Amino acid sequence: MALDIGGLSASDSRSGNLEWLAMAIGVVILIGAPFVVYPVFLMELLCMALFACSFNLLIGGGGLLSFGHAAFFGGGAYIAAETAKEFGFPFELALLAGVAAATFLGVIAGVIAIRRSGLIFAMVTLALAEAVYFLALRLPFTHSEDGIQAVPRGWLLGMLDLKNNMAMYYVTAAIFFLGYLLVRRVWKSPFGQVLRAIKDNERRMISLGFPVDRYKLINFVLSAALAGLAGSLKSIDLGLATLTDVDFPTSVAVLLMVLLGGMGTLMGPVVGAIITVSMDEYLAGIGVPVPVVIGIIFVFIILVFRRGIVGEFLYYTNRLYTNRTRIKSG
Amino acid sequence: MSAMALFGQLLLGLINGSFYAMLSLGLAIVFGLLGIVNAAQGAFYMLGAFFAWMLGQYIGIGYWPSLVLAPIGVAIVGVIMERTIIKRVYNLDHLYGLLLTLGLFQVIQGLFVYWYGTSGQPYDNPPGLTGGHNLGFMFLPNYRAWVVVVSIVLCFGTWYAIEKTRLGAYLRAATENPTLVRAFGINVPLLVTLAFGGGVALAGIAGVLAAPIYQVNPLMGGNILVPVFAVVVIGGFGSILGAIVTGLVLGVLEGFSKVFYPEASNMVIFAIMIVVLLVKPQGLFGRER
Repeated sequence: MALDIGGLSASDSRSGNLEWLAMAIGVVILIGAPFVVYPVFLMELLCMALFACSFNLLIGGGGLLSFGHAAFFGGGAYIAAETAKEFGFPFELALLAGVAAATFLGVIAGVIAIRRSGLIFAMVTLALAEAVYFLALRLPFTHSEDGIQAVPRGWLLGMLDLKNNMAMYYVTAAIFFLGYLLVRRVWKSPFGQVLRAIKDNERRMISLGFPVDRYKLINFVLSAALAGLAGSLKSIDLGLATLTDVDFPTSVAVLLMVLLGGMGTLMGPVVGAIITVSMDEYLAGIGVPVPVVIGIIFVFIILVFRRGIVGEFLYYTNRLYTNRTRIKSG
Repeated sequence: MSAMALFGQLLLGLINGSFYAMLSLGLAIVFGLLGIVNAAQGAFYMLGAFFAWMLGQYIGIGYWPSLVLAPIGVAIVGVIMERTIIKRVYNLDHLYGLLLTLGLFQVIQGLFVYWYGTSGQPYDNPPGLTGGHNLGFMFLPNYRAWVVVVSIVLCFGTWYAIEKTRLGAYLRAATENPTLVRAFGINVPLLVTLAFGGGVALAGIAGVLAAPIYQVNPLMGGNILVPVFAVVVIGGFGSILGAIVTGLVLGVLEGFSKVFYPEASNMVIFAIMIVVLLVKPQGLFGRER
């Protein structure tokens, strides 16, 4: 009856080796990609991938499915863009300001939303995100329909000129990779184990004396902060923060990435983001209505492909492995 | 502040509220039976308006026949979807139902945006209900009065049918324990399909009623969906009456805030939702689950 969320087990050394291999390949691709593909497109892709990782942290950790994660992404994007452009904040400080704003939003939304779980949690996050959307529409500094445009990229630590696309790309790639490692670290930590235990049996964890709500809230805020980092980075990479960033379709897009890649798998959201962002780019080019395609993929995934690409892959390789060991030992 | 403007906004709020009520009522029925939050409910509301508009535009059928035909069309679309797609997730986690219907919503809305763009299509007031009456303290357009009356009658009619009739009793029994009800020889899957069609048809009727007030716009379903979700959260799943009362009251409150502080009118429902969640997380009319 529960959601098919990929289970991580830190002790599984075989899948651990596989993961190191995948990560090594990933790093090579990360370094080589801008020589093959346009760096600005890659930056956008990495920001969305980081966003998807943040979303995945929430669902993989606590089994909570947010329908309003765009609020934190867009909130971070607006604040980073505003501080970089109007207050003249340097690159690092603008990012920090964006993350701080998203964290603040995350605390407020988290305190309200974690009071419910499952369906109601999803609907509450959706409504809260809508409230943030209307704020972004009304507040003067966001320039409603126009958004904040021409955000300067600035210099990294005052030394590296980020106007150069290659420089900006590698900074983005490094931040993305650190974010990915953070999610991985959180999951494999005792904190992550407690979260999974809460997801599996909340009442037992309460009776064992764990402050369940505090764990959930911390995870929610962490996820919001990371989404804010992705948004901030995006607004500085592309020089733009708009209403789209806080709007519902963005929440749906990130949901799709994580579903497609595999909920609760480490690599899943990255794979999902690569496919979704590339598909968006391609479909927009040939004039096919993107939401229709997204909707059809949604239906398809839910009906026949619930573990997602990486999730299904892990499931079948694991089964193959257990079958083989069973034959050997039997 | 003129009394005219105040009562005008309150009336509009009451109309919006009755749309909220009809949509969340449909949601509550389907949720009670299937445990599925039907995110496509907004799309069925939009379909109702569009079917009425298309009937008029392409076949020349007017408002009155459309008021019956369009919701039937919407119900048929809904039942086909339920039988072919949605029924496949009944045994899964409820979140999959929400995700699936969200996908269906995207497909329907996306297709209509693709075909008709995002600017609305005008739909005239039906003959016989043009003009209005001056009540002294406000001007009451006939059509709006009609919408309020019809939707309130429909809402309470549905409540009566579910709480007081034999069919309603079966429905409630199937909500509590479908296996046992089947053992008594009642066709529960048929009941489920009927209820789904009924819930969807309510959204369709709301759509037709809304067509002359707002324009017929592909985005109208998406715009109403979030307030409806908030209404459901505030009212709490569990009571049909809760959905009706919460919908109406919130619509009126929204209208009030439009008069006194228009900038915040979109926020009122969310603010109330937050307060309710903090004070009574299971919703005003909800039962502890």
